[in-house]
Formats: sequence, C-alpha cells, structure tokens
Amino acid sequence: MSATTLGAGLLAPARPAAFWPSGWVAGLAWIGAAAAISLLPDADDLGRTQELATLAAGFGGLVLLAALGSTLSGLAPRLARLREAGPWLIVLAAALLAWELATAKYELLPRPFFAAPQSLLEVFTDDYARLGESVWRSLLLVVPGYALGAVIGFLFGVAMGWSRIVGYWAHPVVRLIGPLPATAWLPIAFFAFASSRGASTFLIALASFFPVTVLTWSGVSAVSKAYYDVARTMGASPWFLVRKVAVPAAMPSVFVGLFMGLGASFSVLVVAEMMGVKAGLGWYMQWAQGWAAYANMYAALLVMAGMCSGAVTLLFRLRDRLLSWQKGLVRW
Amino acid sequence: MDRFLDISQLSVAFPRAPVPVLREIDLTIRRGEYVAVIGHSGCGKSTLLNVIAGLLPATAGGVVLEGREVEGPGPDRAVVFQNHSLLPWLTCYQNVKLAVDQTLSRTMSRAARHDWVLENLALVRMTHAKDKRPNEISGGMKQRIGIARALAMRPKVLLLDEPFGALDALTRAHLQDQVMEIHAQRGTTVVMITHDVDEAVLLADRIVMLTNGPNARIGEVLEVELPRPRDRLALAADPRFVAARSAVLEFLHARHANPALAAA
Repeated sequence: MSATTLGAGLLAPARPAAFWPSGWVAGLAWIGAAAAISLLPDADDLGRTQELATLAAGFGGLVLLAALGSTLSGLAPRLARLREAGPWLIVLAAALLAWELATAKYELLPRPFFAAPQSLLEVFTDDYARLGESVWRSLLLVVPGYALGAVIGFLFGVAMGWSRIVGYWAHPVVRLIGPLPATAWLPIAFFAFASSRGASTFLIALASFFPVTVLTWSGVSAVSKAYYDVARTMGASPWFLVRKVAVPAAMPSVFVGLFMGLGASFSVLVVAEMMGVKAGLGWYMQWAQGWAAYANMYAALLVMAGMCSGAVTLLFRLRDRLLSWQKGLVRW
Repeated sequence: MDRFLDISQLSVAFPRAPVPVLREIDLTIRRGEYVAVIGHSGCGKSTLLNVIAGLLPATAGGVVLEGREVEGPGPDRAVVFQNHSLLPWLTCYQNVKLAVDQTLSRTMSRAARHDWVLENLALVRMTHAKDKRPNEISGGMKQRIGIARALAMRPKVLLLDEPFGALDALTRAHLQDQVMEIHAQRGTTVVMITHDVDEAVLLADRIVMLTNGPNARIGEVLEVELPRPRDRLALAADPRFVAARSAVLEFLHARHANPALAAA
C-alpha cells in the first residue's frame, strides 16, 4: 500500500461519505427478517408473531430512512455515530432471523428451554406491569444499599488513609473481613435483621463498602507529598489538606472502587432476591423458572442486563465529568 | 544592618544519619534582596530552602523572619517548587485562586481576590491559559503558573527551588528575565536555589556558595555589583559579569569539585 492511500484511509472517518452501504444492507436485512417472520408458518401456536414482524420491519424502515438521511448534507454529521453501528445492525438482523428459524419456525432447539423471539416480546407486552414493578423494587433495594456502602466506605477509606491511628486499627479488620463475599453473611443477615429488606440493604452496603474503602484508602495514601507541601506553604489546616488535596487527588482511585462496588452490589442484589426477598428482578427470574416460563426468565435477564449496564454507564459518565483532568482513563 | 531574614547557626540532620546535611549556616538577608544559593547536587541546597519554608525542622539553630522565628510552613514564605507541583485537577486560574482564597480571604473581598488572581496571571503573561489544566500546558508555562501562585500569596520572601532546572535553555532565559522584571516591580525578597552559574550571576545581588555535603557549610559569599536592570546580552561581555562568573566557577570546580563526579 502506498503512503497516499494509507493517508487517505486514515482521513476518511473525519469526513463522513454521503453513501452508507452498511446502512442500506442493514435496513434491507431487517425487512427481510420481518418478511420471514411474518410469512413462514410457526411450527407451534405462538402469539405475537405478526407484532414481532411489524417491529422488525419498522426498525428496518427507520434504518433505511437514516441511510437516506445520511446522503443529505444537513443530517450527515448527526448520523455519524449511527453509521459506525452499521455492521452490528446487519449481524443483529441475521441473528434475529437465525433465532426465529431455529425456534419458532423449525423447532430445531429443544423447547421450552429455548424461547422464540415473539415469546419474549409477548412477555414484554403482557407482563410489563410485573416486570416494571420488579425493576422498581430492585432499584429500591440496590440504590439505598449501594449509596450507604459507598458513602461509608469513602469516609472510612479517607480516614484510614489520612489518620495513622484509624489505619492501624481498621486495616487488619478490613483485610480479614473485606475479602469475604458479602453473600456469605446471608444466613446471619436474614437472622439478625427483622425484615428481609433490611438484611438485603445491609448485604448490598457491605458488598460495595469493601472495594470503595480499599481503593479510597489506597488513593489517599498514594497522594504525592509535593501536593501536601504546596498546600502547607499556603498555611493550610489539616482539614483543608483532606478536602482540597487528598480527596480530589484520590478520586481516580475512588471511582475504580465505586465501579467494583457496583458490580458486587448487583451480584448480592440478585442472590438476596432469589433467596429471601419476595420482589425484584431476581425474584421474578426465580418465580418464572418455577413455572417453567423460560421466556419470562430471558426477558427478566435482558432487563437486568440493561439495568446493570445503565448503572455502570451512569457512573462512568459522572466520572468523565468529574475527572476530565485525568488522562488515560479506563473506557466504558 | 537590616536583619530581615536571619539564618543563624543552622544545622540540619536527618534521623539515623551520622553526619548532618548542613552545619552551622549563618546568613542574613536584607529586605528586597535577591540571594542565590549555589552548590553541587546533594550539597543540601534544597534542604536549606525547605527549612526556611518551614517544611523541614532545624536540628539546631534557626530561621528568623522579621523578628519571628520560623516554626512551620506559612504563606509569608511562598515556595516555587522545581517540579512546579500544580494541582492537576484544577485549572491554572483555580490553582492560583486556591492560594489566594487560603491566604487572603480575610483581607480581600471575593471580587478583589478574583481581580488579584487575574493580575498575577497577567504578571507572568499567562492570562491566555487561565482556564487550561496543567497537563495541557508546557513545562515553562507550568512554572510561570507556579510563580504566579507563589506571588499571589503576597509573601515576604519568595523561595525558588531550582525553578528553571527542568526547562530548555530558551524558555529558561525567558523566565529568568520575567523573574528579574517581577523582582524589580514587586520588590519581593527572593532566595533562589540553583546549580546554574550564569543564572546566579545574572539574577542575584549575592551568591552564597555551599561546600560539598554532607556537613555542608557556606564556603564563600559573593556580592554581584552589577547595576539593575540587567540585560543578558550586554552583560555577556561585561568584565564585572565575567569576573563574578569565573569566581563562582573557580569555587565550584577548582576548590570544591564534586566528589561524586570525581569518583565517576
């Protein structure tokens, strides 16, 4: 490859080309999948087949509209990010079609363990109220628990990193208790707390507390002495050093802790809901499995993935806003 | 004699070290004077500066500023650190503002403090970069912000710890001229640590030469009697400049050659 073509290849993404080939292919692929869903007969009596076909066709139409829109100079920059998703849109259409054929149309996969796409759609259209309430109950449990654990962990970590005495007494305790999975406390927690809600909140708080504490502590301990010296020459009080130097300098590390704590609290949430709490997405999945309603289980799993991923995205957005000064951050 | 900053019988020893770093340092600095401290690396120059700043305790003897003994760090002795030490999460403006808010909030209104920050940024000609973060500007610019931050605290003494050591020659010359200008304009007393002979002769009223450490003492003090304002181009061939320069070189390389370098 000559140097000029290499240079042209590198410059290409900066100026979006008017024609979006993968967009046209993706739009047609979705409409093709919709036609197959609608026209081929189902092997069994399934609901929502035509609705699924309509949705797929509608989506394909939107993609085709976007492909058409990207030929207009006014819309092209706004559609730049969508253009990158082109190959994904094609693969997703193919995957939907393959899934539909293997389950609903030809029953190649054993039922009821493998649900058809329209069955998942049916869960969303028919059972949305219960799913919605489950999401709400899960959030009611995980948000206060996580917030409690994160705040206490942060304060505890700062105190451990800052004060030698607190560090001396707290360090061995954190080292011993911290690595213990929070779920190991499950029997004790359900016994010690009057309500399963209190027990779960405690466990979720515990799960987020440990990583936040350890990473805040290590972040505060690692703050460069030079920053403290600068603040001290300003005649800064210890409180000022903590607030204006130690905490901001430790924030990158704190966010790693918050991220890890979030994962741990979701894990405890699901276990707690499957074990004792009579609401939430974990409970919904357990309940669906009891009734062999596998489509409901997959639907709940999908919702849970969206919820967890959304929470992590939110956390990373917050971090990017607060830590814009820091270079080389982990990408999400 | 005007005993503005008085260092007397100062010795500094680190724990578990058999020989002190500095021994019996006696130095009196006048108000508005520009003193350069020069010596080979490892001789304890920075230690001396840190003791004046109050960041390190004296083992014996002490430092008295305007009749009050130095017992800890304080805004009357602002330091410009070699590695600039700007807080990376704050913009240039916020770095200076932090120092101003911390030291002058009792005497200045909020609006006056804002203006004072901008005035100091203008003094080091960094107004254009006030909203940039330290990692977005060059080393020389960072050092200028460091100087603005130190000056904005209205210190009685400005302590410069090899402030231009990490910069390229052109940037260094430019900043030296700026510091001379600021010294003339504000009349601040300056103590500057350096290992650059030309820099010491060009900037200082007096050059304090330290012997090799540990156990470093003041070997010699040289008055630089060059009129101000000083111009680096005109001085390069001036016999007084050349004489002062060779006197310092003589001290550093003939009488107190760096033992570490000799061994290598």
